[in-house]
Amino acid sequence: MIHQYKMGGRNIVMDIASGSIHEVDDATYDMIELYGKEDRESVVKTIADRYPDLEEGEAAEIYDELSELAAEGKLFAEDTFAPMAGELKARTSGVVKALCLHVAHSCNLNCSYCFASQGRFHGERALMSFETGKRAIDFLVENSGSRRNLEVDFFGGEPLLNWEVVKQIVAYARSIEKEKGKNFRFTLTTNGMLVDDEVIAFSNREMHNVVLSLDGRREVHDRFRKDYAGNGSWETIVPKFQRFVEARGGKNYYIRGTFTHANPDFLEDIKVMLDLGFTELSMEPVVCAPGDPMALTEEDFPIVAEQYEKLAELMEARAKEGRPFTFYHYMIDLEDGPCIYKRISGCGSGTEYMAVTPWGDLFPCHQFVGEEAFKLGDIWNGVTNTGVREDFANCNVYAREECKDCWARLYNRLGTRGVRVRLQAIPQAHGVCDLLKDRGEG
Amino acid sequence: MKTKHIKTIKTRDLCESAKKGGCGECQTSCQSACKTSCGIANQRCEKSSK
Repeated sequence: MIHQYKMGGRNIVMDIASGSIHEVDDATYDMIELYGKEDRESVVKTIADRYPDLEEGEAAEIYDELSELAAEGKLFAEDTFAPMAGELKARTSGVVKALCLHVAHSCNLNCSYCFASQGRFHGERALMSFETGKRAIDFLVENSGSRRNLEVDFFGGEPLLNWEVVKQIVAYARSIEKEKGKNFRFTLTTNGMLVDDEVIAFSNREMHNVVLSLDGRREVHDRFRKDYAGNGSWETIVPKFQRFVEARGGKNYYIRGTFTHANPDFLEDIKVMLDLGFTELSMEPVVCAPGDPMALTEEDFPIVAEQYEKLAELMEARAKEGRPFTFYHYMIDLEDGPCIYKRISGCGSGTEYMAVTPWGDLFPCHQFVGEEAFKLGDIWNGVTNTGVREDFANCNVYAREECKDCWARLYNRLGTRGVRVRLQAIPQAHGVCDLLKDRGEG
Repeated sequence: MKTKHIKTIKTRDLCESAKKGGCGECQTSCQSACKTSCGIANQRCEKSSK
């Protein structure tokens, strides 16, 4: 399968199965569209007639170059990966390598767009005890097989509401990692309200990554990210995040924003983040119920698509000026990216990745927490609802009719399967898919 | 391949990766910045980064 598009004055041709990407001139671009549909003579004549500036025999030369690439497996390569789709999961069956610890089902902000219902995940407010956190670490080690790198994400609600327990869990994990032959990588996701020097120092020592929630423009951020008294949080958190990032000294961080129907022009928010001195950025479409006034609409999608294109241009321009920045979804490592097994195996939710509630229940991922039908089991007894695990294990890009022929199948994942399941009930699901494909082109 | 018409950008050969890939040491897709709409191609291969 070929996917070709024009962006920023470039003609890009992606050969999906081989992973090859080519930049071509206009004549070649058009010829690729025709290649294989008509015979050589006819294709060469069409292109030579369409591009009279080509020299004598040049169209034939292009045709032969395309044939050479095809023979090398870099163009029109056949996708033969479908039989491998379940292989990685079968090979690593039962192995868990990442946990999202919901250390606090509570939040000190009252963001109206929060998919976690202000951190409570449709349930009661709760904080995870150290004993539960410790058992979660043991569960992860016990179920990780020979896997060395283990990931633990402190999530909520707002994890800093349970900071002492976070530190205790980290200390416990560090105390056993050598003996168990593991390497823990911790991530902290925070709204910033309780960030102080002590949080910064500890996180910079122990957290492999920190994810800092900021939506960009002050009025955009404060529209949703308010405290319980109705005050916006922008003014409080921005200076804290600036100190946090500066003190990180180059370690991983992301400023992570959400865009909604209220700001489909999210590039303006990216620019504000840059003006504030942040360079590692991520902006995500809101997750909300169909019909929600914050949900992206059909009218928003062209605007969002334009943002992705302009974002790519801005990144290129800033890089040329010696002021580069990173956008999470554009950080595609073309040479050292994931192997084909990883690309076709799904996001790992419910199999190698699970979420743990404050009281120790296991769910396929954070997006399912609170939905009892998806409860997998708990950290003491392990996965007991094997039917749900099986269902998630069988989810891959070739398992879904609408995904298996999509050009973006080896680049985008429409998200955790949680998002995917939700999208089935959302009429604009196709629009969201298109949006993520636009992002892929960028 | 680089000709005056075609510039091939260096990428990992996915068909080749089928032969030696699949160790599973790489980061779980969601344990990072997104938690919403994870991409897959922006994950780094642990083997290649060593």
